Amino acid sequence: MNLLSAKFKLVLGEFTLKVEIEIPIHGFTVLFGPSGSGKTSFLRCISGLERAPEGFLQIESETWQDEKKGIFIPAHERKIGYVFQEMRLFPHLNVEENLRYGLKRHTPQNGDALFSQIVDIMGLGSFLSRGSRSLSGGEKQRVALARALLTRPRLLLMDEPLAALDTKRKQEILPYFQRMQYELNIPIFYVTHSLNEVLQLIDTMLLMDQGKIVAAGSVEDVLSRHDLGRHLGHTLVGTVLDTTVVRQDKEFQLTVLKFNAHTLYVPRRDVSPGDRLRIHIRAEDVTLAVAPIEEQTSVLNVLPAQVIETRPSVEDECKVDVKLDIGCHLLASITKKSLFHLNLQSGQNIYAHIKAIRMAHEFD
Amino acid sequence: MDIPSLDYQPIILTLQLAAVTVLVLLVIGIPISWWLAHTRTRFRPVFEAIVALPLVLPPTVLGFYLLIILGPHGWIGKPVEEIFGSPLSFTFTGLVIASTFYSLPFVVQPLYNAFEAIGKDPLEAAWTLGASKWDAFWTVASPMALRGYITAIVLGFAHTLGEFGVVLMVGGSIPGRTKVLSIEIYDRVETLDYSQAHLLSAGLLSFTFLILLIVYYINRKLPIHVS
Repeated sequence: MNLLSAKFKLVLGEFTLKVEIEIPIHGFTVLFGPSGSGKTSFLRCISGLERAPEGFLQIESETWQDEKKGIFIPAHERKIGYVFQEMRLFPHLNVEENLRYGLKRHTPQNGDALFSQIVDIMGLGSFLSRGSRSLSGGEKQRVALARALLTRPRLLLMDEPLAALDTKRKQEILPYFQRMQYELNIPIFYVTHSLNEVLQLIDTMLLMDQGKIVAAGSVEDVLSRHDLGRHLGHTLVGTVLDTTVVRQDKEFQLTVLKFNAHTLYVPRRDVSPGDRLRIHIRAEDVTLAVAPIEEQTSVLNVLPAQVIETRPSVEDECKVDVKLDIGCHLLASITKKSLFHLNLQSGQNIYAHIKAIRMAHEFD
Repeated sequence: MDIPSLDYQPIILTLQLAAVTVLVLLVIGIPISWWLAHTRTRFRPVFEAIVALPLVLPPTVLGFYLLIILGPHGWIGKPVEEIFGSPLSFTFTGLVIASTFYSLPFVVQPLYNAFEAIGKDPLEAAWTLGASKWDAFWTVASPMALRGYITAIVLGFAHTLGEFGVVLMVGGSIPGRTKVLSIEIYDRVETLDYSQAHLLSAGLLSFTFLILLIVYYINRKLPIHVS
């Protein structure tokens, strides 16, 4: 397994990037965090576009930067692909020339097999001879991604690749990202603000704030860390669950999901039975009750749960975070007053009412 | 009316001077413009002002200083004379050096503007695709700056064609060596040979207008590349 070991300290005006991390890289790793938290600077340091005066970067056994030994491999000699938010296609070249720009510099001969493969994966066959200006935003981003992939990168860096696109185009391009990952298996560092993209793509999360990495781990783990509310924003603290689509309920226009032994109802989505669907339940969308009042509530999803522990909220003095067991962990955020009234104890059996579920359609 | 016989020598000399000057200016102007467009030094306005100086300076002032520097006692002219046996003033080489200074802003400004408009973004993309800085300059920045190159070449050429004051100071008016078109016209007027002056002036006017016209047409056809 590839291991990335990085240590950078970089001062840019008022902002200081200071990161130190060693993680295995495989699949999608997201760099998540508010704007100005240093995600892009971190990517630029990895790519060699930015040179941190104090820096160390090693991928597997290859050292790309070690300022103590005066080692700095310039960007064009690193085996990385970089997909920029603004795509940066070369306007004086057509689509095929754009694609071949990196290919011929890395694979001067016999690059045609790879070329056909990537063009096929990204669905670019029909507009190779078009000028890069005539493409839509989504098409440009596919060309930019294919262009980077054709350099056979060891690591692909994607800096908010969908931020410039509208929701519909984002949905169109996400399957290409998943297909690319599935067929080529290149490790990817992916910068985004979007929970939707995280739910659809991401395995590992690096949470950044104010130039530092504040948490690293699986998406499920990081998003359920109630102590990270300050960095994540309270709307993101919650539980990520992998569910399976059971059936469509035509009468009430709902989609029925299953996870462990539980059944969940969500507004109808365009999915088929058997599809996997990753959902996100915000801690503040979970309310607790000591009795199963299913008959007297408008809340559709009520799950039996057991209290594991309660902790005062770091972010909000009137709130308590409650960790529940529903076959896996479920995080709830309630007021101290509610806690007092319910008198919750560890091990107590209660009912979790889930007011809202956010979801993303996962490619399978 | 007599059809005046034309002396071609000044015309050929002028075209040679303009062509050589543009070549020299490209060689030194491209790196200067590139550096100006990408430097982060806070003294950039100082360098911009220096490059723009010949635009507003009276040509006689520029010519005067060049004459001193290039002359037999100047800090360039003197060593040159010691090595080659003659100073630079009143020679074709001296004229080329003078014209290079004189037309510098006309070559540097369009290139600088073009490079600055392109910015660093496409270059970074090229670097991450495996192109070295040199490679990316020729395969990305230069093709994108094509309009800037054409404008620079034409303006540099046209401006050198019409040079007068600097040439007069540095080169004098030696037939076949330093007597360029504008000096020839001046001499003709001085000797009241208006028919020759008319012919040469009209020729220069039409020629200059024509090349500018061609450039503006080409530029209309070429896309502007900005990132």
